[in-house]
Amino acid sequence: MTLAFLILAVLTVAGGVAAMTLRRLVHCALALTVAFAGLAALYLNLGAEFAGLAQLLVYVGAIAILIVFAILLTHGGESDPEKVFSPAGIAGGVIALAVFAVLGWAVTTSSVAHGWGAGAAAQTSAPQTSVREIGLTLMQRYVLPLEVIALMLTAAMIGAVILAWREKRSVDPGAPSAPPSPELRV
Amino acid sequence: MNPLAGCLLVSALLFSVGLAGALTRRSAILVLAGIELMLNAANLNFIAFWRFGPHPEALTGFIFVIFSIAVAAAEAAVGLALILAIYRHARTSDVSEITEMKG
Repeated sequence: MTLAFLILAVLTVAGGVAAMTLRRLVHCALALTVAFAGLAALYLNLGAEFAGLAQLLVYVGAIAILIVFAILLTHGGESDPEKVFSPAGIAGGVIALAVFAVLGWAVTTSSVAHGWGAGAAAQTSAPQTSVREIGLTLMQRYVLPLEVIALMLTAAMIGAVILAWREKRSVDPGAPSAPPSPELRV
Repeated sequence: MNPLAGCLLVSALLFSVGLAGALTRRSAILVLAGIELMLNAANLNFIAFWRFGPHPEALTGFIFVIFSIAVAAAEAAVGLALILAIYRHARTSDVSEITEMKG
């Protein structure tokens, strides 16, 4: 485990913790972006350049912006900053701690931590993967999942547009010429 | 501790943080962000097993991460559109105040 890995791991986890504990939603979105960028750097550190850059492009570039848009469109500042945790928050925290305890126990006591990874740890250089190889693998062996993903992205786009469409019927069905009420304009 | 176990521990920590956020926060947007963090923790596991596994040239975990990122992007888009629709209807994005499914 190198120093770079440790720094990136601390940065990522700190970003995640800050995203889940800060009170203002915009600050949370910023911390989440830090966590995503740290993860992208971790992928690069592990030798997965293509996945790291895709992570940077999709998460830091698109999803973070999407989350900021959603926060601003739902007036994220108006929620009471004193009440950010739900009434059952303590139970949720305990459940998360228990999950971490089980996962940590499983990782540290399994053969992965001692025997199985020991041979692989000797192999210090990252496996060489070119984008050409990735493209060939995607287009030959995994071409069916690729098409399914393409279909799913199309369906998701149509679904998101339909969901975010303005509800026209809820304005006033009796008076079609009445102007839409201002609170429906989002 | 070898690098694989380190990766797995970081990933477990990130998953727990995301789970805690999804279970404890009131804002629906942050619940979605917690779910995204959990997905990312799983992706880190795939990359770690691909990197330190016996057959990295098969690219299995790597391709899985690419697909997983695509699924997460679709999920975030639909989820945020759902939150916007709920906000327009119920005038709140607080998950503990949205208590009825009837429109």
